[in-house]
Amino acid sequence: MGRFSRSPWVIHYNGSSCNGCDIEVLACLTPLYDVERFGIINTGNPKHADILLVTGGINAQAAEVLKQIYEQMPNPKAVVAVGICAASGGIFADCYNMLGGADKAIPVDVYVPGCAARPEAIIDGVVKAANILDEKYAQFKQKKKRKRENTHEA
Amino acid sequence: MSRRSVIPFGPQHPVLPEPIHLDLVIEDEIVVEAIPSIGYVHRGLEKLAETRDYIDYVYVAERVCGICSFMHGMGYSMAVEDIMKLELPPRAMYLRVIWAELSRIHSHLLWMGLLADAFGFENLFMQCWRQREKILDIFEMTTGGRVIFSVCKVGGVRKDMDEDSLKIILKTLDEVGGELKEIETTFLTDKSVVYRLKGIGVLTADEALSLGAVGPMLRASGVGQDMRLTGYAAYGELDVPVVTSLDGDSFARCEVRMKEIHASIEIIRQAIARIPDGEIAVNVKGTPNGQSFIRLEQPRGEAFYHVRANGSKFLERFRVRTPTFANLPALLKILEGRSLANVPVLILTIDPCISCTER
Repeated sequence: MGRFSRSPWVIHYNGSSCNGCDIEVLACLTPLYDVERFGIINTGNPKHADILLVTGGINAQAAEVLKQIYEQMPNPKAVVAVGICAASGGIFADCYNMLGGADKAIPVDVYVPGCAARPEAIIDGVVKAANILDEKYAQFKQKKKRKRENTHEA
Repeated sequence: MSRRSVIPFGPQHPVLPEPIHLDLVIEDEIVVEAIPSIGYVHRGLEKLAETRDYIDYVYVAERVCGICSFMHGMGYSMAVEDIMKLELPPRAMYLRVIWAELSRIHSHLLWMGLLADAFGFENLFMQCWRQREKILDIFEMTTGGRVIFSVCKVGGVRKDMDEDSLKIILKTLDEVGGELKEIETTFLTDKSVVYRLKGIGVLTADEALSLGAVGPMLRASGVGQDMRLTGYAAYGELDVPVVTSLDGDSFARCEVRMKEIHASIEIIRQAIARIPDGEIAVNVKGTPNGQSFIRLEQPRGEAFYHVRANGSKFLERFRVRTPTFANLPALLKILEGRSLANVPVLILTIDPCISCTER
């Protein structure tokens, strides 16, 4: 078990979803699924968050907000696209106001399929994202170490 | 003289699951004016009606909103059925009523949870959502989906409920109704909850009517308007209790929604007792030609559907006027003169559904 898989904090942003996946994300927090037993907390502050859950496709106006939230999150960070709309635009892909999935605005690490995505699948996605966070953290550490060694040699 | 300042509220805010942006003009922590800006969830799905088959479009109509998804599908289907002059089998009508009322219960429980979360009562939030999961289990049992279940179609419904399912529904509703009493006591009598709700955000009956408020918002101000009384689907044959309150404050809106859950349970009991046997759908042949207006009562209030068809398999125009859109002027009215700390709770008392509003 790595540093992040113990207690990843998530932040949730609704792109332009129909609410179906949103309420499933919230349902993950409530007694039946209760992700808090894994130390997962839904925070409202991007500066406290490790994992960004995006639901729904992206339009031009939402893309700016999403980029801002992503940039405010500390490194390392992971993004989970919840539901088929966040993955590709889904049923709304042909709509005139849609850019497509969440990856049109920010890099996405995990895609959770479904319309609406089931809470079990969302939890699975978050667990996968936590492992990715650990990998990213290890890479970050190694890079720092190499940099330190290089400066010593010089 | 105090200085005016503008506080941005949203689009990403802990209390809002959905993005809406309000510019709150405040003077000494008191909101003088609230200026909304929307467009974060606009997809443009009404336009999609022009390029999708009118039968397939039910799937898109259901995704106007994931909370009242069944009712959106039903409203669209009713409009097309009205144009095509389809006579629906009575069993389909009753099944629609049962699913619609279950949706209302699930939506109101969801709202009660979010309200509890907004005033910081985490435990109450969890309790409401625990009850809600039981309703979602019924959905899963009868339709296969938890929030979006695509069970309504033009010409009837896709799935039938057998005797066992109906019995399980009655049993679950008894359970939910019983456990709800405990939650209700907390909402209606707990001192800290009442303190956050009573006398805050008062909307008089005249204001509610002139601002065009709908649904529980209007009924909490003492106007007993309910589209179910027009008798669409099987509501004409059922006794629909209309819940009203006279106070028009946040507490009244909470009380109305809570009592509506019991009213919905009552309606489902009646529907299950009277449900006739028979077919659940009729064959749909040909294409619609003409136009139709449908009004129905969603959990959040009256929704309005307009469908215009030209005899081809693609529709010419599909338009929805959703309840939250009608309630926004009333929200701006009740925000004025309230302190900043009350804003999140007041926004929640209209039960906002931004995804409906912007489509």
